[in-house]
Amino acid sequence: MTRKAEAVLWIAQRASAAVLALCVVVHLATVIYAVQGGLSAAEILGRTRGSGAWLAFYATFVVAVAIHAPIGLRAVLKEWLAWRGASRDLALLALSVFLAWTGLRAALAVFA
Amino acid sequence: MTQALRVRVWRGGRDGAFQAYEVPRRESQTVLDVVTYIQRFLEPDLAYRFACRVGMCGSCAMTVNGAARWTCRTHVDRVAVDDRLEIAPLRNLPVIRDLVADMREFFDKWARAGGRFQGERTRREEFARVPPQSEARRQVDAGIECIGCGVCYASCDVVTWNPDYLGPAALNRAWTLVQDVRDRAGAARLEAVAGDAGCHSCHTHMSCTARCPKGISPTAGISGLKRAVMRATLKGEL
Repeated sequence: MTRKAEAVLWIAQRASAAVLALCVVVHLATVIYAVQGGLSAAEILGRTRGSGAWLAFYATFVVAVAIHAPIGLRAVLKEWLAWRGASRDLALLALSVFLAWTGLRAALAVFA
Repeated sequence: MTQALRVRVWRGGRDGAFQAYEVPRRESQTVLDVVTYIQRFLEPDLAYRFACRVGMCGSCAMTVNGAARWTCRTHVDRVAVDDRLEIAPLRNLPVIRDLVADMREFFDKWARAGGRFQGERTRREEFARVPPQSEARRQVDAGIECIGCGVCYASCDVVTWNPDYLGPAALNRAWTLVQDVRDRAGAARLEAVAGDAGCHSCHTHMSCTARCPKGISPTAGISGLKRAVMRATLKGEL
């Protein structure tokens, strides 16, 4: 990987962290607000079904996670397991795709 | 003040061991004084480095009671615990023998980080005028007094985990050159300090800043490099 690509990864991780900071606050605030009177699956679906805004929010959340987590793990794998090189980056790319796929599937499932 | 210090000193190479000595306690005694006493009176073949004895040359750094320090300016009063000292070579560098670490990799990394000034004026031209109060010059001032002792490098956990990492001193040097308005290395130097071996690996633990005997904050310089590399990347200059 070139130095420029590594610099781009660093920028992507910082930018996704900024998005996550906002998403986590909104997510937690909603959870705390929503469970006040007990929470059921029907209640959640009642809010999220057909709501383009919640779909957009959770899709953004999922994409930020799929960018942020693998880049962070990249450094952890290098420093703690001495795993570096293309095999590590490919494995992390697979993790990113997995996170995005399962996350977006979940977001879509409570929308449709 | 008690009469004797109990000192454990690293002897041998990587597979060496600590050896115990008793050294008379003196007023205003430095750790370098202790090592010198041992070499002169107890262990003539003890290997260690020093030159100036006044905190200028950066050659006498060792690990004292677990922390990297310049030994010539470290008073025993400040670091001895129950009149005990444990003195070892610097961490993160190969041990040559006893208290002498191999500094080659440390200085090679300065070169790899683009640590050489690259100007464009010749001696036949006017001196460049750099206003002392300008922001760039102030940034240079904050980092320029590095004596290359290796204390920051030995204190950095990222160097331990990632041996390719250029380390705080080399990156601090690069930052002073990035801020030098006369320097022309530009994007080439930023590329040298970017990425997994460079500034982006710094976790901002700040051990380098806490331990630097000259009060420099390599962490601040490394943060500056991260910002500079980000700007260059976004502008497509890298």
